[in-house]
Amino acid sequence: MFKKRVAIQDFAAESRLFNQRAVFAILFVVLMFSIIVFNQYQLQVVSYQDYQTRSEGNRIKVVPLAPNRGLIYDRSGILLAENRPVFSLELVPEQIKDMTATLAELAALIEFSAEQQDAFLKQVRAQRRFNSITLKEQLNDQEVAILAVNQHRFPGVTVEARLSRHYPFGDLFTHALGYIGKINTRELQQLELDGEAANYAASRDIGKIGLERFYQRELHGTMGYQEVEVNNRGRLIRVLRSVPAVSGQNIYLGLDVGLQLTAQQILKQHRGAIVAIDPRDGAVLAFYSNPSYDANLFVHGISSANYNELLNSRDRPLINRVTQGVYPPASTIKPHLALLGLETRTITTSTKIWDPGYYTLPNSDHRFRDHIRWGHGWVDIYTAITKSCDTFFYDMGIKLGIDRISEYMHKMGFGEKTGIDILEESSANMPSRGWKRARHNQPWYPGDTVPLSIGQSYWTTTPLQLAVATTPLLNRGKLVTPHMVTAFSNGETTAANNLPPRQVLEVENEQNYAVVMDTMHQTVSILGGTAHRAFIGAQYSSAGKTGTAQLAAIAQDAKYDADAIDERLRDNAMYLGYAPHDKPTILVVVALENAGGGGSNAAPLARQLMDYYFTAGVNTDE
Amino acid sequence: MNDDFTGNARHSRLAQFHIDTPLLLGLLALIGFGLMVLYSASGQSIVMMERQIIRLGIALAVMVAFAQIKPQTLKRWSFPLFLVGVALLVAVMLVGSVGKGAQRWLDLGFMMFQPSEVMKLAVPMAVAWFIASHSLPPRIWHLLGGALLCIVPTLLIAQQPDLGTSILIATAGVFVLFLSGMSWRLIAVVAGLISAFLPILWLFLMREYQRQRVLTFLNPESDPLGSGYHIIQSKIAIGSGGFDGKGWLHGTQSQLEFLPERHTDFIFAVLSEEFGMLGVLMLLAIYLFIIVRCMIISSRAQDNYSKLVAGSFTLTFFVYVFVNIGMVSGLLPVVGVPLPLISFGGTSMVTLMAAFGVIMSVGTHKRMLAAP
Repeated sequence: MFKKRVAIQDFAAESRLFNQRAVFAILFVVLMFSIIVFNQYQLQVVSYQDYQTRSEGNRIKVVPLAPNRGLIYDRSGILLAENRPVFSLELVPEQIKDMTATLAELAALIEFSAEQQDAFLKQVRAQRRFNSITLKEQLNDQEVAILAVNQHRFPGVTVEARLSRHYPFGDLFTHALGYIGKINTRELQQLELDGEAANYAASRDIGKIGLERFYQRELHGTMGYQEVEVNNRGRLIRVLRSVPAVSGQNIYLGLDVGLQLTAQQILKQHRGAIVAIDPRDGAVLAFYSNPSYDANLFVHGISSANYNELLNSRDRPLINRVTQGVYPPASTIKPHLALLGLETRTITTSTKIWDPGYYTLPNSDHRFRDHIRWGHGWVDIYTAITKSCDTFFYDMGIKLGIDRISEYMHKMGFGEKTGIDILEESSANMPSRGWKRARHNQPWYPGDTVPLSIGQSYWTTTPLQLAVATTPLLNRGKLVTPHMVTAFSNGETTAANNLPPRQVLEVENEQNYAVVMDTMHQTVSILGGTAHRAFIGAQYSSAGKTGTAQLAAIAQDAKYDADAIDERLRDNAMYLGYAPHDKPTILVVVALENAGGGGSNAAPLARQLMDYYFTAGVNTDE
Repeated sequence: MNDDFTGNARHSRLAQFHIDTPLLLGLLALIGFGLMVLYSASGQSIVMMERQIIRLGIALAVMVAFAQIKPQTLKRWSFPLFLVGVALLVAVMLVGSVGKGAQRWLDLGFMMFQPSEVMKLAVPMAVAWFIASHSLPPRIWHLLGGALLCIVPTLLIAQQPDLGTSILIATAGVFVLFLSGMSWRLIAVVAGLISAFLPILWLFLMREYQRQRVLTFLNPESDPLGSGYHIIQSKIAIGSGGFDGKGWLHGTQSQLEFLPERHTDFIFAVLSEEFGMLGVLMLLAIYLFIIVRCMIISSRAQDNYSKLVAGSFTLTFFVYVFVNIGMVSGLLPVVGVPLPLISFGGTSMVTLMAAFGVIMSVGTHKRMLAAP
């Protein structure tokens, strides 16, 4: 009976049932679409800013542009440091899946040393992320071509054309200019501390020493940047915005290529230094330390073999002898002491003492010898300087006393950094009671003052310091600040680097300066003056003071025999000279290690330099 | 029959070819919008546009062809077609070609054929045939019989493995059971059983890559450059489109290729980015129009078989839309489902248009059936 109910289909009921389900289905569809719409609203309206930012972050990259480093010129506009385009092989570590395999494959294509590879890997660990790191610099044309052809095999490997520093004069200006090199971790930290790191985002090099370091800020310039659109593989699609980098300032030096070449030429046989400054304003005209080395070696990362050779050389080429060479000034400081003697009225122009060839302190029989064993006889200040009488100064030194000497010599610049525009500088030593107590824990004895009075024992100076400390003698007490840079230029305007005098001595009697300059002039001009022979026939009038620094202690009454002692313990030859004698425009210090007497060895070199200076017309002011 | 010729001229002329005009217009609107988006998503590739247009042409032709087949004929062939489909699935299991780690294709010499596509149509048709041969609502035995018709091909496809397609095919069969009036209580029981089954699915049936997809879905930021990359970039594209979009051809995420699979599965993100929420609303409106129109056709159908088949096809179409949009916008895990009639590609489009052909057939043949 009930089966019938099954058999007969109720079409209306079935249709109603289906329609109910259909309506339910439609409502469900609408509900689901509403969820989609709600979700879209969340994504596209509520979180729009967030996703917009992330989308922009995907496509826009800011590429920093390194500024071109400022150029360096000599006083007549000859280029001393330039930027040359070089090709280098660079890798972006983050884009390289298997560094070992990539390096092995690259090694099959072009040559690079294990050392270069090590340096590269070291940088990979230290560098900022997503920077390309150089594997090999200075690729030749063939290597560039090989890499270009195989480019597709090496994602993350590129050949970049960059400007690279080059010093066309090689070793001639190294100690003055210094050099640049890769920014290391420590320097990067310093840049961050100084708030400068952002400006270096595209820079790889930084001044390591010399002017390149001192004027890093001026030479570096200001970074620019490009906002670029990139695709998902980082390929540049187009440039959206570009702010060009501002090149560093060009700097002009007082140095002269000709003078510098002359200095190099005449120093060839010696370890030593030559420095020449304009005593009126402190501009440095020549600055050469021998031996030197090629600064270009350092620009692309010096090989350890080359570096060790420089580092371990007995001649110590890495030392900047002009500012770091610490030498006893010997008799070259006699004019300075003479000025002190005159100013303090310890002596007058008519003071005369008897020189028996030695000096003894009261209550002592130790003989401080003069360099002339038999003595100079009656000596006044003129003779004492022109013939370099030691006994006169022993006597005057004791009368002045260490305190006055120390204080006044410090005022003249001894024992002080000169403030030249490189940082590699020693202050050398101008001793005092306090210094000896601190250094040796001993009181100052009169016996210490005696050798000090002829620029020996504890008193040391650098060649540059000696030159600078002489400027008060020539400038009526004005002590200049030495500087190599005379002007900055940004390509349009030029600003002179005028520095005020560092110090001006109080003058008791103007006449004293004329007396001291007179004694120095006579050293050159009169027969028997210690520098007379060196300047015979010079076309200009000059003045100067010789010095011979004794390095080996010579026993009482023993005789100095150059041939009998170690070459490196032989006397240093010093010469301090300037010209013209009445209105000096050039002041030269020559310091030669273990060369012998100053008058016969150092003075002739100063003469050659001055000859060049006057004949080549370096002195444009006159 | 006379009724057909009393309608307006536009309607009647297309009706001669058994074409439902509103549905056709809806589909054409969708295709037009889709081609526009694809032109942008393909990086303005003329070659891809040509291929897509040819494919659409074939699919439209298939649709028109299916529309000509009377529902009675379809009903008669439903079960044989199902049997052929199962046989083909078994053949795939034995001699099928392996591609992308799954054995889904039969090499017919001139083309690769995917039997699971046949089953997208054959399973709901067979279930409808079985259910409609009894009165509605179906009794429990009929439901079990219908369920069996779903389960066999589902398992065969799941083992290929092609979990996404197998679930969609099972869903199509289940829609038939739902529309046939299966009781709500039973629906609740089945839903309970399915949720109980989920842990088993997770632990024993899902492959590692499938589990990974689900995990990525739950937290895409856990692996932003790996498996989470797709969904993160997709959401960035959608979100950065904003309300009115970046403009046609100006979507940076898509044009600069940050968005993966942008012309296939993730094309919705391109649309969202370039046309914004306005474009999305427009797309959903077209989809909703098509779905509603299809459901109206279904409910007007004369016999139960036609209603169930058309209704199931309609809901399956909706599932494709929802699953694709859901996965692209981060609502669902990433499964390889294209956006119907918008995504670039393949056989699924032909199958889909065949289904619309069937729906049109149902909609346009009813009056002939109505004759006593």
